[in-house]
Amino acid sequence: MAATTETIEQVKEATGTYKYGFVTDIESDKAPKGLNEDIVRFISARKEEPEWMLEWRLKAYRRWLTMESPDWAKLDIPPIDYQDSYYYSAPKTVKKLDSLDEVDPELLATYEKLGIPLNEQKRLANVAVDAVFDSVSVATTFREELSKAGVIFCPISEAIRDYPELVQRYMGLVVPVGDNYFAALNSAVFTDGSFVYIPKGVRCPMELSTYFRINEQNTGQFERTLIIAEDEAYVSYLEGCTAPQRDENQLHAAVVELVAMTDAEIKYSTVQNWYPGDENGKGGIYNFVTKRGVCRGDRAKISWTQVETGSAITWKYPSCVLRGKDSVGEFYSVALTNNHQQADTGTKMIHIGEGSRSTIISKGISAGLSQNCYRGLVHMQPTAENARNFTQCDSLLIGDKCGAHTVPYIVSRNPSAKIEHEATTSRISEDQMFYCLQRGIGEEDAVSLIVNGFCKEVMKELPMEFVVEAQKLIGISLEGSVG
Amino acid sequence: MTALLEIRDLHASVGDKPILKGISLTINPGEVHAIMGPNGSGKSTMSYVLAGRDGYEVTGGDILMNGVSMLEMEPDERARAGMFLAFQYPVELPGVGGMSFLRAAVNARHIEAGEDEVDQLGFVKLVRGKARDLGIDDAMLKRAVNVGFSGGEKKRYEILQMALLEPTMAVLDETDSGLDVDALRIVSEGVNLLRDPGRSMLVITHYQRLLDHIVPDYVHILAGGKIRKSGSKELALEVEESGYAGIDDAA
Repeated sequence: MAATTETIEQVKEATGTYKYGFVTDIESDKAPKGLNEDIVRFISARKEEPEWMLEWRLKAYRRWLTMESPDWAKLDIPPIDYQDSYYYSAPKTVKKLDSLDEVDPELLATYEKLGIPLNEQKRLANVAVDAVFDSVSVATTFREELSKAGVIFCPISEAIRDYPELVQRYMGLVVPVGDNYFAALNSAVFTDGSFVYIPKGVRCPMELSTYFRINEQNTGQFERTLIIAEDEAYVSYLEGCTAPQRDENQLHAAVVELVAMTDAEIKYSTVQNWYPGDENGKGGIYNFVTKRGVCRGDRAKISWTQVETGSAITWKYPSCVLRGKDSVGEFYSVALTNNHQQADTGTKMIHIGEGSRSTIISKGISAGLSQNCYRGLVHMQPTAENARNFTQCDSLLIGDKCGAHTVPYIVSRNPSAKIEHEATTSRISEDQMFYCLQRGIGEEDAVSLIVNGFCKEVMKELPMEFVVEAQKLIGISLEGSVG
Repeated sequence: MTALLEIRDLHASVGDKPILKGISLTINPGEVHAIMGPNGSGKSTMSYVLAGRDGYEVTGGDILMNGVSMLEMEPDERARAGMFLAFQYPVELPGVGGMSFLRAAVNARHIEAGEDEVDQLGFVKLVRGKARDLGIDDAMLKRAVNVGFSGGEKKRYEILQMALLEPTMAVLDETDSGLDVDALRIVSEGVNLLRDPGRSMLVITHYQRLLDHIVPDYVHILAGGKIRKSGSKELALEVEESGYAGIDDAA
């Protein structure tokens, strides 16, 4: 694949293997190290939050203190010292911005380098971007055009101030503060993220995108995203993420909540490329994320598409609660692990509504010494009359030192529900490699081509603008895995 | 004149088993040579050894293309240097779109030559034009490489790749196997269109019938890992009449 070759060359020239591994030298405003109620108050004060928000955070913090880190996943997680981290870090120059012209040029340059142009002349065609740098949102593009359509797309910190009734009504509705250990931690210390509100009957006129960047050393990133689609509304949203190359591990514990009303549709795509650590397993991001959507109304649809190539450890199960009659949940996933990466990822489809349908297509690729586990729950509740699920889990192994695991949980409490599960495990065959090589395609490009073919059913679900980027990412992430 | 392909006393093994036991063959530019032989004579092994497949170990002799030894070259390097193998059993690549596969192969050559990558639109036109000659329609070009293709479609697809990659040395391994009369005619016409003073071909086949369509300049009979007899195209007719038995005995 020629485009891949070109990118690989560029990457090698730039930084070795992980092209986003640079650090932006920018002054930051940090909370003191460690975690206690005063830090929670500090964050809330810095964000100029109303009292109810602080109370909500403190409730979450107290809840978190009583909880324990989950240990049921097939992951080897070293103990995390939550007192040895900063919970708030913001570029110092940030103030309330009226236009992108006021954004620190150093920050604009950072996003430019990441391939996310924010300035008005060069911005991505028809994609509105919210850029989150460490703990704060630094820029949101296309806001005017969106507000004309009645769409709200802004940093969640701003939404707490400007749309308190919406935030109060929906935040924590899908992922309650005590849902799990990492969600409780996020609820206590989240610093920013995106807020999207699509009013009734509105089809969002462009792709919305949030780009997360961890820059500061020893910081955790805890962003929170809330997307609400009213009746007959439609939105497609994409998040991307990168972090500098550092020797220590950094924690990323996000919460994403989606609410789809009657006949509404939310399409949520992720291209996750957090720093995975070096080839000896040193450093990298711990990506412990809770993502869940609820189809509240009839015929509502939520679709998760994820291409995950980064992070040292991934713990993530984007899920759908299918409450509405004939509501639809979809999960399309590519999870690629190489070197010492570990991933335990999958989905939960909770069928409540009559006639609700779900589709799960999971493609796991393991290379190097990595361990890649699909874990998924399909739960048909007694009310889920005639509900249907189709699950397909395919694993591809590259080399003989990695592992692929599939752990499906299937619960059916309604005899009319239909559940199908298909699973395969395969390798790239020597025949396939030789065929590509004989056509003059080099070894790494051949692997990239074959693996991208393996992932095709998922790739075609990504928004057009991001397909090529995701394909290149897969090529780069597999570098050095053959030969 | 330098020979396009020169095989010198070639010995090769698969695992511990010697298959090729001293083959010498010289192919000049523009010549079409046919290799015929019974099952198990080493025909397919020879094609894989020329292409440099893993597991096919050269234990003696040399293979030179344009005077340069290929033994140290990887399969993809040999391919980019002009060696093409039309597979007896083309391999399925699930999910890999035909156009992206073909473009990757062509671009690999452009990159090595320090040229720009192919223009996407121009490339699609080029492929469609060449595909039409082989009776390959757009729908087939959109499918994943070889997935769900019939035997005849697979073979035509091999010749399409050959037409696009313009090799100097093309090895056709049992291109006639699994083809009915009509498909055989289409494939052979495709191959004949590619005959060129600068391009040589080595046609490997069990049956003489392919050589009625692709008429060779020379015919060699391979048996027991050695070339037992060489001659003009009439040799193929002889084999057709009396079988391989007599030739095997002559060894």
